[in-house]
Amino acid sequence: MVSIPHGGRLVNRVAKNNRRERLLKEAATLPRVELDLNQALDVENIAHGVYSPLEGFMCYEEVSYVLEDMRLPDDLPWTIPVVLDVNEDDLIGVREGDDISLFFSGKPIAIMKIEEIYKVDVDLYASRVFGTTDPRHPGVSKTLSMKPMLVGGSLELIGETPNKYERYTLHPAETRILFSERGWETIVGFQTRNAPHLGHEYVQKSALVFADGLFINPVIGRKKPGDYKDEVILEAYEALIRNYYPRKSVVLSILRYEMKYAGPREAVHHAIIRKNFGCTHFIVGRDHAGVGNYYGPYEAWEIFKEFPDLGITPLFVREFFYCKKCGGMASEKTCPHSEEHRVKFSGTKTRQILLNGMRPPPELMRPEVVDAILKFENPFVEE
Amino acid sequence: MRRRKYTTVSIPVSLYERIKSIMEGTGFKSVSDYVTYILREVVSMHERERMASPFSEEDVERIKEKLRALGYL
Repeated sequence: MVSIPHGGRLVNRVAKNNRRERLLKEAATLPRVELDLNQALDVENIAHGVYSPLEGFMCYEEVSYVLEDMRLPDDLPWTIPVVLDVNEDDLIGVREGDDISLFFSGKPIAIMKIEEIYKVDVDLYASRVFGTTDPRHPGVSKTLSMKPMLVGGSLELIGETPNKYERYTLHPAETRILFSERGWETIVGFQTRNAPHLGHEYVQKSALVFADGLFINPVIGRKKPGDYKDEVILEAYEALIRNYYPRKSVVLSILRYEMKYAGPREAVHHAIIRKNFGCTHFIVGRDHAGVGNYYGPYEAWEIFKEFPDLGITPLFVREFFYCKKCGGMASEKTCPHSEEHRVKFSGTKTRQILLNGMRPPPELMRPEVVDAILKFENPFVEE
Repeated sequence: MRRRKYTTVSIPVSLYERIKSIMEGTGFKSVSDYVTYILREVVSMHERERMASPFSEEDVERIKEKLRALGYL
């Protein structure tokens, strides 16, 4: 059966019908904080249960436990704080116990009860979450530039951010029912930020040999220059699934979320999120959620040993490559041949080939996927 | 003030010795660490058995309709 939500209950903090109407009117009268897109996505993810059991942004005690012990105060595994940072000006006249309204692009999206206003040591925060305080690390940089005050408390969603990919956005309640309706008992979650090459396909299909269903869950959010654009990733996956996967074995749905690049800690965080979507297993690849050389290639595997009670099974998958001698996809565990026979997958190399308007060879990327990518004049995010 | 993080649980000495002997070479630093690890596994199994059904019938129908409209069902 689909996995139990983290903490035992799927959080639902979405106001509906009359209650929503009432809260919308109330929002206009409350002190207001304007959020950026990533904060607004956190609000939506909290409300829809993606971050179950969280019912709002964390208070100091929760942050403290998560930083020190990688667990919530009730001992439930949790590795990345979910916090809301605001300016001091936003809190003029606001006290603990008050309600505030959270806005995005001038529209109210949530009412939040302020349970606590506090500060954290950002250097300690960065050091614990990222294992470094190097300001060149994108997650550290973001942490060091957090606004000075943090507010914790529960929230209720009354509006949503604009979403170009609504058709691909399923909430945990929806994926859980979908998986049950399809009769799936074992569901493997696969996270990606890229268009698929054959290495990805091979990993996913290897998992499908043993599981009932595959949940392909691309992360859609803040991008770095050189990343694939979101629409390119979705078109590429649609082309792959349409041509090479039995439709009834796969669900493609996005996760609107900002990557932290926190390596091991974020690998666990991602697993918890997919558990909340109903997955029973989660693929953890090489350098999961890593960036640059901050983490060892398989460091994200080790951390899972700390969590025998995680409630979702990690599937550790080594790098795949194409072996000309084997005549197909292989890994270190299955291929006895030397490097000269191996064609490795390099995101940088594939990107360069595509940027030059050329076609990656079919042993790297399916032709239909290449067609889908090359339909876009600029498939990659620019500087 | 941060609340107390640890409490004491008593186990028979014989069990303690048994655990100590099987722990060798496992990488656990203490019997407490080992017992904590094992108990977390057991507790999470019991918690899984107790989960209540989260959706009303109305919610389920509404969601199924959305999934059909999107082509997932």
